[in-house]
Amino acid sequence: MPKLIKDGAIVENDGWLPMDPEGTAPRVQHILSLEQWMTLDAKTNSAVQLEPGQPPAPLLEHLNELALVAVNFPAFTDGRGFSYARELREKGFKGELRAVGGFIRDQMHYLHRCGFNAFALADDSELEGALSALNEFSEHYQAATDEPAPLFRRR
Amino acid sequence: MYVYDQHDQTIVDQRVAQFRDQTQRFLAGEISEDAFLPLRLQNGLYIQRLAPMLRIAVPYGLLNSTQVRMLAHLTRKYDKGYAHISTRQNVQLNWPRLEDVPDILEELASVQMHAIQTSGNCIRNTTTDQFAGVATDELEDPRPYCEIIRQWSTLHPEFAFLPRKFKIAVCGTTQDRAAIYNHDIGLDLVTNEQGEVGFKVIVGGGLGRTPVIGSVVCDWLDKKHLLTYLEAILRVYNQNGRRDNKYKARIKILVRAMGVDAFRTAVEEEWASIKEGPSTLTQDVIERSKACFTAPDYEVIEAESALKALERQRDTDPLFSNWVKRNTVAHHVPGYRIVNISLKATGYAPGDITDRQLELLADLADQYSFGELRTTHEQNIVLADVRKDELYNLWQALQGADLATANIGYLTDMICCPGGDYCALANAKSIPVAEAIQRRFDDVDYVYDLGPLDLNISGCMNACGHHHIGHIGVLGVDKKGQEFYQVSLGGSKDKNAAIGKILGPSFKQDDMPDVIDRILTTFVDLRAEDEAFLDTYNRVGLDPFKERVYAKAD
Repeated sequence: MPKLIKDGAIVENDGWLPMDPEGTAPRVQHILSLEQWMTLDAKTNSAVQLEPGQPPAPLLEHLNELALVAVNFPAFTDGRGFSYARELREKGFKGELRAVGGFIRDQMHYLHRCGFNAFALADDSELEGALSALNEFSEHYQAATDEPAPLFRRR
Repeated sequence: MYVYDQHDQTIVDQRVAQFRDQTQRFLAGEISEDAFLPLRLQNGLYIQRLAPMLRIAVPYGLLNSTQVRMLAHLTRKYDKGYAHISTRQNVQLNWPRLEDVPDILEELASVQMHAIQTSGNCIRNTTTDQFAGVATDELEDPRPYCEIIRQWSTLHPEFAFLPRKFKIAVCGTTQDRAAIYNHDIGLDLVTNEQGEVGFKVIVGGGLGRTPVIGSVVCDWLDKKHLLTYLEAILRVYNQNGRRDNKYKARIKILVRAMGVDAFRTAVEEEWASIKEGPSTLTQDVIERSKACFTAPDYEVIEAESALKALERQRDTDPLFSNWVKRNTVAHHVPGYRIVNISLKATGYAPGDITDRQLELLADLADQYSFGELRTTHEQNIVLADVRKDELYNLWQALQGADLATANIGYLTDMICCPGGDYCALANAKSIPVAEAIQRRFDDVDYVYDLGPLDLNISGCMNACGHHHIGHIGVLGVDKKGQEFYQVSLGGSKDKNAAIGKILGPSFKQDDMPDVIDRILTTFVDLRAEDEAFLDTYNRVGLDPFKERVYAKAD
C-alpha cells in the first residue's frame, strides 16, 4: 500500500481505499466521488473527493459527519484546491483533509497552511524530502489555518 | 522607507534556502523541467533566448543607496555590468547563470531584497506613484498600504497557483501615475461623503492580448477592510478564473464573463465570512506602517533665496535651465524639487543602466536626496528630495555619466520592453526600433515643441512595453517569420484611461521612423496652438492620421 504523510509523520495508508468512480454501489472504506457521495443516505464517517471545479459548498452541511475530504490536484499548477481547503477549515471541518494527485512536495508547506493535514504523494520515494518541506518556513505574514493571527497582530 | 525586522529577514532567508535546495535538486535531475518552471518563475527566474533572466523585486519602486550599490556589484560579479529597469519598477539582470542564482538571492537578502513573485501565476510586485509622499496633488501617501499589501501577498499560501499573473497598483493623487485602471486590481485613495479616506477598488483592467479598462467594484472601502476585501477578490478569481486557456485566464476575462455586478456580488459573498476577521487592519498597524514612510529631515530653507540661487544658475547655463524645466517637478516642501533621471539617452537601450551609473546614482542619492531612489514604470529613476540650490551640482554630476538627458515625458522618453534581443516570448525586436526613432528625432527643439508624448513599444502581445496605453503605441508582430510593427494611436494611462486604436496594416522595421514622422507631421498640421498630441487625436480622430500615413507617394 502507498504510504501517506499525516499530521507531520509518515504512516502506512490508513485503510481508505482510493476513489472508484465506476463502482456502482458506494462502499464503506472507499473515498467516494462527489456524485457518489451525494447519493449516500447516511454520511457519518464517509469520505469524499473533490475535483477542481467542485467547490465544497455541498459538503458544508455535513462537516461534522465527514471523516475525510480528499482534494485532487490532477495538475499541480491548478490551485483551486488551496481555496477549497481553506473554506472547509474556515467553516469548521475538523476531519482529515488529504491532498491527492499530482501536487509536488514544493507545494506542501502552502498546502499545509491552507488546512491539509494529510498528503498522498504520487511518488513514494519523495516521502522524506516531502516531510522536511512541510517546515520550510518558520515565519509567515498572513493568517492561515495553521496561524489564525497575521504577523501584524503578533509583532 | 520600510526596514526589515527579524521576521521579514527570516522569511527572505528561508526563501533563499528553499530555492537553493530546489535549484540543486533540479540540477541533479530530481525535479522535472515542468515542476521547476513555476518554482523558478516565482523567484523571478526566466529562461530566455540567450541566457536566464532574473527579475529582482523593487517593492513599489523604492530603493536605498546600499541596495543600489548591491545591484551594481551583482551586475559586475554575475552579469555583464548593466541592469534593466522594468515597467513594473523592478530590476532585471539579463545574463546570470542558473547555478549562481541562489548566491545572487543570498547577496540580495543581505540588503533586504529578493526576487519573490516577480514572475509566475501569483500576486506580483505592487506598484505605485514614483512621486508618492512628495507629490503636490496627493490625498495620502500610498506606500504604507503598498507595504501592507506586500507583506500580505508575499508567500501567500492560497494564491501561489492562480489561473494567471496578478498585478495590483495603488494611487493617492488626482493625477494617476500608477495606471490603476490597467491593473488586475487598482486601488485609488479617495474620500467619501463624510470626508474619510478609503479606497475605490477597480478590478479587471489589463493590457496584454485583450486590453481592458478596469471596472469599479467598490466606490469606497474602509481602509481596515483592505486585506479581507483583496482576499475575497482573489478567492473568487482563484476558484472561477479560466484555466483552460492562458490567454483567457486573467481576471479581466472573468469580470467580463460574469458581468461586473455579478462579480461584485460573488466578492461580497466571499467577503462576508472573513470581514472583521483577524486580517482586518487595526488603526495601530496602519499607523505603524505610516511611520515607516515619514518625511525625511527636510532642512528649513529660505525658499526665496534658494529659488534666487537657482534662477541665477539657470540664467548662466541654458542647458541646465532646460534640464530643470524638462526633468524636475514641483515638490510639496518649499525649497525642494523632485528630479527625474532619464534612462533614455540615445545609444542606451531604454531603461538600461550600467554598474558605474548605478554607483554614481547611489552616491548622488546619499549626497542630495536622503539616500533614497525610486524606479518608475516609465523605466527611469527619481531622486525625490533635492534642494533647489543643489540642483546645479547634481546636474553636473549626472551630465558626466550620460544621465542628464532632458526628455522626461517627451517623444524620446519611450517605454520599451527588452524585446526580441533578449526575450524568448517576443515576436519582434523593440530596442532597435526605439533607437532608430531616437536617432531620427534628434532635434530636441522639435521634440519639445511636440509637447508631452508617450510612445510605448512592446515586442509582443504580452504588452510589457504598455503599447496599448501609449499615445502612440508600437507592437511587434510576426508575419510568416518576418518582424513587423503595428501602430496604434490614442492610448492613455491616466484616470481617463483609454486603449489605443490600431492605425492599419503593420510596417517593416526600417519604415518605422518614417511612419512616426508622418504621424507627427500630421499632428503638427492639425494641432490647435499648443494642443497636446492626445488632445488633437481625441478631437480629430484616427482617420486624418490614417490617410496621411498610408497615402501613396506621389
